[in-house]
Order: sequence, then structure tokens, then C-alpha cells
Amino acid sequence: MRAKPILLVAAHRLAILAYIAFALFPLYWLLKVAVTPNDLLYSEGIRLWPSRATLDHFDFVLRHSAFPTFFKNSLIVSGSTAVIVTILASLSGYALSRFNFRGKYWLVALMLLTQMFPLVMLVAPIFKILSPLGLTNSLTGLVIVYTAFNVPFATFLMQSFFDGIPKDLEEAAMIDGATQFVAFRQIILPLTLPGIAATLGFVFTAAWSELLFSLMLISGNDQATFPVGLLSFVSKFSVDFGQMMAAGVLALIPACLFFLLIQRYLVQGLTAGAVKG
Amino acid sequence: MAYVARQDGLHARRPPLMKRIADGAAPYLYSAPALILIVTVMLVPLALGVSYAFRDIQLLNPFSGAFIGLDHFRALSQDQAFYRALRNTLWWTGASVFLQFLLGLILALLLDKPFYGRGLAQALVFLPWAVPSFLAGLNWSWLFNPVVGPLPHWFYALGIMSEPSNILSDPQLAMWGPIIANVWWGIPFFAITLLAALQAIPRDLYEAASIDGAGPVQRFLSITLPFLAPTIAITILLRTVWISNFADLIIVMTNGGPADRTQIVASYIFTQAFKRLDFGYASAIALVLLALLLAYSMLIVILRQWLLSKD
Repeated sequence: MRAKPILLVAAHRLAILAYIAFALFPLYWLLKVAVTPNDLLYSEGIRLWPSRATLDHFDFVLRHSAFPTFFKNSLIVSGSTAVIVTILASLSGYALSRFNFRGKYWLVALMLLTQMFPLVMLVAPIFKILSPLGLTNSLTGLVIVYTAFNVPFATFLMQSFFDGIPKDLEEAAMIDGATQFVAFRQIILPLTLPGIAATLGFVFTAAWSELLFSLMLISGNDQATFPVGLLSFVSKFSVDFGQMMAAGVLALIPACLFFLLIQRYLVQGLTAGAVKG
Repeated sequence: MAYVARQDGLHARRPPLMKRIADGAAPYLYSAPALILIVTVMLVPLALGVSYAFRDIQLLNPFSGAFIGLDHFRALSQDQAFYRALRNTLWWTGASVFLQFLLGLILALLLDKPFYGRGLAQALVFLPWAVPSFLAGLNWSWLFNPVVGPLPHWFYALGIMSEPSNILSDPQLAMWGPIIANVWWGIPFFAITLLAALQAIPRDLYEAASIDGAGPVQRFLSITLPFLAPTIAITILLRTVWISNFADLIIVMTNGGPADRTQIVASYIFTQAFKRLDFGYASAIALVLLALLLAYSMLIVILRQWLLSKD
């Protein structure tokens, strides 16, 4: 009788381990090649860990390549996008959560529409619009585009966090004479800090990962974000795997940091927003 | 706005006109910045893109821009590369969604019950979701590369391959590369969504069912599945649309090649716009893709209505 549950538990743990191995193996390999010295790269191609590890590739990438610039550009773009989107989405999410107004239905419909159509449709027209404004090959242009793309989902996300906070709190403050905006800023926003953090992290990751529009809108090396820089590096110097993977590991760091910060809220917050949206 | 009514009662007078206007305008003021941005950066380009589909717009040709009616669509109906991209899109989307959903559901079921170290396991298996898509694509294309990646050698050792070669350059197998990368990257999305739905199922239902003598399979079929069904339906619908538009992995890993074998409609649009700078033709393809996606969504909605009315 006892054997069956133990077998089940063992099978369950094994299955979990298999999933973890599948999830982590590619990232592990990235790190492994990044620390493998060049002379061992081919002779020890499929060994799980090189007999000698080195940080030379990281050193080269950080000191002698354009990657610090790409890194900085990506950080500027993703950081500004995350902050601006979160501010705009808190305002509009609050409007959706607390007010009943005539345009509400249309606002929600419009935001849902933007989630449905293929963004690749906009590649050509956005280039045509931004080009005479001098916003192609510019980080500002990227921030504007990414902010617009991320605002709808972030609004639904923030709305779901506001919905979780009782209305009595701001009503009490308003009876005491505060305006609704003051109540929103001083009482409701501090209570939604976890939601704000989740939104920031989500938008940052999305902007950090975006590829097609940055490829289309950015052409020079000075303004290149990480995806553009890494891809041009790959097509130009496709032989130096160690350096490419070292750059890849560096690109992974901010996204993973944000993920670890927000992953606690993922199952509750993100799906609440996604299902509602 | 309950508080306004209550204040009216308390003070027994209407608030001044300016205040009422301000109150009425408040929700619009809160949502205006987001709305303005969405309209100018998404809706206006969308309308412009639709108009490009009927015009000759080539970035490098200053004399282009004329209205040409349905010429792009006539060219499109003769374009063999487009039909191949359409078939590839079906294959890419179908295989990716099916595998992501199946593996995501299994993962969600595995993570549903508490066990020692669940928090850590959850963080680790969800990690691929945070990996930027371009990096996921590069990472997997390196894994498939026999020079630095282990996969070809392992496949060779297992006898699946006759020699350790790169499947991304094999026309018959190339599509599996982006599909595997996409499955790796997308399992967490399904697992997160389904896990949240699983945890919303009242636990006492399971207890009652076991007391009544239902086995694990019966409990899964008669409690878990019906509760999950709405979430499954909506996530699969949204994910299908999303993945059929998701060109990043393909552009990074194969760029549509070898010999257009991995070109999907979305990557074809991007190639037309980015490489050939033919914005008019790219917009015409995009319009067809949009129509197909709308038709698909309508079909699902109608199917759902029909299933509901049949019960």
C-alpha cells in the first residue's frame, strides 16, 4: 500500500526536475561558452564544463566593444518606457477602476483592439511618420513607440490592482476634504506599490526584449539598443562565439533581475490582469 | 459616483457648476494621456498602413506614392512565396500552440500541490519567460549549431541524425528550430495562466469527490477540466493570434530561410518592409493577415455560441 504514493511523489519530483533542466539548460550553455577560453572551444565542444574557465570574453566585451553603449541605450529606453507607461497606466487604470463614464466602453474597446492586431503592420507607417520628425535613429522615438504599445496592457494590469483596494478609503479621505486626486496620490497609490512594481517590471522586460521596431527604426551604432547591436555583431563577427555569448549573458542580467523581483506576483497579479483584459 | 450624492444630501445643496464640470471631466482627464498616445502612435499608423496597401510606396523611390488600387493584391494572389508563408504560418502556429499548451498544462498541474521547494522550482521553470525573445532565438540557434552547441552531437549519438549537422540549414527540418525555441520560451505563459486558474478551484470539491469514491482521473475530468475550460479557451485563442504574428524568433534564427522554408506571413511582411523597403506591398500583406486573423477570431466566437446553445 505504501509503495504507490512514494512512487508517485518520486515521479512528480522527477518531472519537476526535468522541467527545470529544460528551462535552465540553454541559459547554462550560454554561460558555459561565455567562460570557455577560445583554444578549448572546439576541442571541448560538448563537455558540460570546460577544464579551464576564463572571464576574458566578458573583459573584451566590456572594454573593447560597443556593447557598453548598447547596454546603456537599452537601459535608457527600457527604463524611461517603464516609468512613463506606469504613470500613464496608473492614471487610466484608476479611471477605469473608479469612474463610470460614458466613454468607458469605447476606451476599453479601443485598448482591446490594440491588443488584437499584428504590430508588424505598423512597422512601415510608423517609420514613415517618425522619419520627417527626426525620430528615427533616435532613442526618444523608440521610447514613444514602446510606451504606446505597452500602455493598454499595463492599464488593465493597474486597473485590476486598483479594483482590489476598497473604495471606502478614498471616500473617507474626501469627506475629510481631500480632492479625489489627492486621495488617489496619497492613499491609493502607496497601497498599490506591489502592483506598480509588477507593472514596471513587466514593461521594462517587454521593452528590453523588443526587436522588430528597434531593427527598423535604429540604424547607427550610437543609438543601437541591445538586440540591434547583438544581431549586427552576430552577422559581422559570427566566428567569435565566446564574445557573443558573453554579451548575451550580460543582456540577460537586467531582465532576470526584474523577473526575480516580480515573479512572486506573477500568478496572482498578471493573470488577474490578463484574464480581465 | 456615490460620494457626490452623499455630499449633496449632507449639505442639501448642489455643488457649483464649475465643480460639476470638473467632476464630469475627471475620468477623461485621467485617461487622456494614455488615450492620446494610443491614437497617435497606433491608430493613425494603422489607418495609414491600410491606405498604403492601395498605394505604391517604396522608401527609396521618390516618385512612388501614387494610388494604384488593387494592384498589390493582384500581385499577392500570384505570389508563391506568400502561399508558402501562409502554410508555414499554420504549421508554426499549430505546433507551437499545441506543445506550449500541453507542456504548460502538465507543468501547472505539477506545481498546483504544495511541496518542499515549490517557490524555488516555480521561479526556475518560469525563468525562460523573462529571457528577451531575440536572446532566446540566438541562444537556441547556437545550441543547434554543431560548432558550439551540444544538440547535434546528442542527436547523432542517439541515432536520430546520421551526422551532427545544423537542423536550421536543413530545409526539411529547419522549422523545428524556431518551434522548439518558441515552446521553451512560451511554456511559462500557459503554466502561469493555468496555475492561477487551478488555484481558484475550491478545494472542498475535490474532498467531496474523493469521499464519493472518485479516482484521480475522474476528479481531473469532472472537476479540473470543466473549471479550466474557459481559461483554456481564451488563452489558446489569444495565444494563437499572438504566435501567428510572432516573427522575432524566426528572424533571429533563420531569417525565413533556408529557401523560404521557415518564412511565416509576419516575417514575410517584415522582410518586405525592412529589406526591400517596399512599404506598399508589405502593408497589403499585413491587411490580408489582419483579415485572416479577424476571420479566425469570428469563427471561434461563432463556434463557442453554437456549442453553448447546443447544451
